[in-house]
Amino acid sequence: MIKIKAKDVDVFYGKKQALFNISLDIEENQVTALIGPSGCGKSTFLRCLNRMNDVIDICSVKGKILINDFNINDKSCDVVRLREKIGMVFQKPNPFPKTLYENVSYGPTIHGMAQSKQEMDEIVETSLKKAALWKEVKDRLHEPGTGLSGGQQQRLCIARAISVRPEVILMDEPCSALDPIATAQIEELIDELKKEHTIIIVTHSMAQAARVSQHTGFFHLGQLIEHGSTDKIFKNPDNTKTQDYITGRFG
Amino acid sequence: MNLILFTFIVLLGFTSYYFGRKKAYSIQSTKKRLTALPQFYGYYLAIWCAIPAFIIFSLWAIFEPTIVKLLILSDYSNQGYLDDELNLIYEKTKALSRGQFTGEITPFIKASAEKYLSLRSIAQSSKAVIVLSIIIASVAYAYKRISSNSRTREPVEKFLNAVLFTASLAAILTTVGIVFSLIFQTIDFFKVIPLFDFVFGTHWYPAKAFVRDSSEALDPTMYSDTFGAVPIFAGTFFIAFIAMCVAIPIGLMSGIYLAEYASYKVRQYAKPLIEILAGIPTVVYGFFAALTVGPFLKELGTSMGLEVSAESALAAGGVMGIMIIPFISSLSDDVITSVPQSLRDGSYAMGATKSETIKRVIFPAALPGIVGSILLGVSRAIGETMIVVMASGLAANLTLNPLESTSTITAQIVVILIGDQAFGDPKTQAAFALGMSLFLVTLCLNIVALRVVKKYREKYE
Ligand SMILES: Nc1ncnc2c1ncn2[C@@H]1O[C@H](COP(=O)(O)OP(=O)(O)O)[C@@H](O)[C@H]1O
Ligand SMILES: [Mg+2]
Repeated sequence: MIKIKAKDVDVFYGKKQALFNISLDIEENQVTALIGPSGCGKSTFLRCLNRMNDVIDICSVKGKILINDFNINDKSCDVVRLREKIGMVFQKPNPFPKTLYENVSYGPTIHGMAQSKQEMDEIVETSLKKAALWKEVKDRLHEPGTGLSGGQQQRLCIARAISVRPEVILMDEPCSALDPIATAQIEELIDELKKEHTIIIVTHSMAQAARVSQHTGFFHLGQLIEHGSTDKIFKNPDNTKTQDYITGRFG
Repeated sequence: MNLILFTFIVLLGFTSYYFGRKKAYSIQSTKKRLTALPQFYGYYLAIWCAIPAFIIFSLWAIFEPTIVKLLILSDYSNQGYLDDELNLIYEKTKALSRGQFTGEITPFIKASAEKYLSLRSIAQSSKAVIVLSIIIASVAYAYKRISSNSRTREPVEKFLNAVLFTASLAAILTTVGIVFSLIFQTIDFFKVIPLFDFVFGTHWYPAKAFVRDSSEALDPTMYSDTFGAVPIFAGTFFIAFIAMCVAIPIGLMSGIYLAEYASYKVRQYAKPLIEILAGIPTVVYGFFAALTVGPFLKELGTSMGLEVSAESALAAGGVMGIMIIPFISSLSDDVITSVPQSLRDGSYAMGATKSETIKRVIFPAALPGIVGSILLGVSRAIGETMIVVMASGLAANLTLNPLESTSTITAQIVVILIGDQAFGDPKTQAAFALGMSLFLVTLCLNIVALRVVKKYREKYE
């Protein structure tokens, strides 16, 4: 099943074009990895999918992005609803300077998802459980989220993202600020999450892409050079640039 | 004379810098590696010039007058003069030598004045000779000593450290000095006026103290019910309160607008424009309040059938609030802008709108800093003088009606200290007591404000 269909997407920062004619299909309930040297436009593409580029004044996006066959670049698209469906986890853990509980209940509060305190408690608990953080923090839900370790903070951000039951989760280098153990925990988590969510992850680690993803897209200088199943991209790429990048000859 | 000498020393300093550097270059040209950059050799020599000069100048400044005075007065010793009379003679001598003496010139004084002048000129020329020779000697000594492996960088850095330390010490000592002068006068004041009367008395009427003839003995009972500070403390806080009612909402909202909503272009022009408000002298705000706002309020009030005094707390407080707007707006703009963008992104990505993000994430995160900026604003409101003096009157009414006139601590200090003042008079000392209370209040506010701001910083850095 195809969840997201990008068609001829161009992105400009002011006059400078950052993405050229990107067309990419993303499979439901699978993990798609976006790889490529830094500055090639991976984050930019990811931010197109939940219209986060709107926040940047000089950024303009052209082309169609269909999610459930609905073009999110259309004027009639309600960004608030869109972002409820498409969650995002950032490179650097960014918990709000509030308690753990308030961090997780933030989305459900905004979208009016809980009718009672009890319901909210349940949402918070299941989100934290799904993010594999519940055991570590269940006794300190009312302490500030900024007091956790880096890996815990990132899992808190994941809990925050899944609290509104998004269909898609976008992850922009979620492990680049973490140590190997925390990275392994997050990777395990991603594998678990793909049962219920479609996941798109940007990563600079080839090994990570190979471990967690089923599909991979390779970006270079704002172009999508090649995409396909992770197996194929890593074992037998069609394009020599992909080959060079995967074998570490440039990067 | 001193100026010429000084110029000469400065020139010497530059010359020694030049020679120090030159020597360093010449050492370098022999392919030896220096322990520091050539400039350091120059600075090093210049310091060898500056320090002796400074020491000799200060010693001279301390001892010359005393020694000259001793020498002059030695002519008058053993003649049965009292100390006071000797001092007077010395003052006359000095005045005569400057040609400013108006009394009768006795031959003794004349002789002394001549001696004074000759002593001074001897002192001056010997100072010049000593300073120059010592400087030249010390620079020459240092010049001979520096070599490829002499340490010049460390002394230069140490010297800079000492200079900077002295500068900050001067600032601190001045503050301490001011506080001490306040403390002693305040203690004297409370010897006459009981602390209880000052803190809890409800009548502030220093004019009563003006009528005292200073030759009469001081009678504390005369001041009962004169220096009760309650009305002016109340007035101070009341006017500050009115000011903050104007400044907080407007300042905060414009700060939020500038930080979150204004486009880059608008911000570029609006921010300096708002900061112009902060640059207007308070006396201009004062006559704006007294001549424009006050009469306007009075007219408006009368047309509505209200009794409004031309000098009202409302006019003063309102204009003071306008004066404080830029502080609050600019500071809260800064704290809001310094909330990390990643928090905004996090909130937007959850589907929050701009106003929700501001209300739920940015404002709470910036709150400590905003509170800090408000407290700084309050301490400005409490310390503001000119607007109150001009627009709210000088009569210390105990009232909570914003349409009447009230007075503040600062305005009363002005009232007390304008015109003739006698030191040691309770009336004058009352100003010190008020100054002390004002200082304590603003000090507490500033400490709290800085604490809060610091705590906020720690959270994000
Ligand atoms: N906010 C921005 N303003 C201007 N240019 C940007 C901005 N963000 C990214 N870019 C430019 O877009 C290009 C792609 O950036 P990005 O998507 O962040 O790359 P990646 O995530 O692959 O490292 C880069 O050349 C970068 O300079
Ligand atoms: Mg990136």
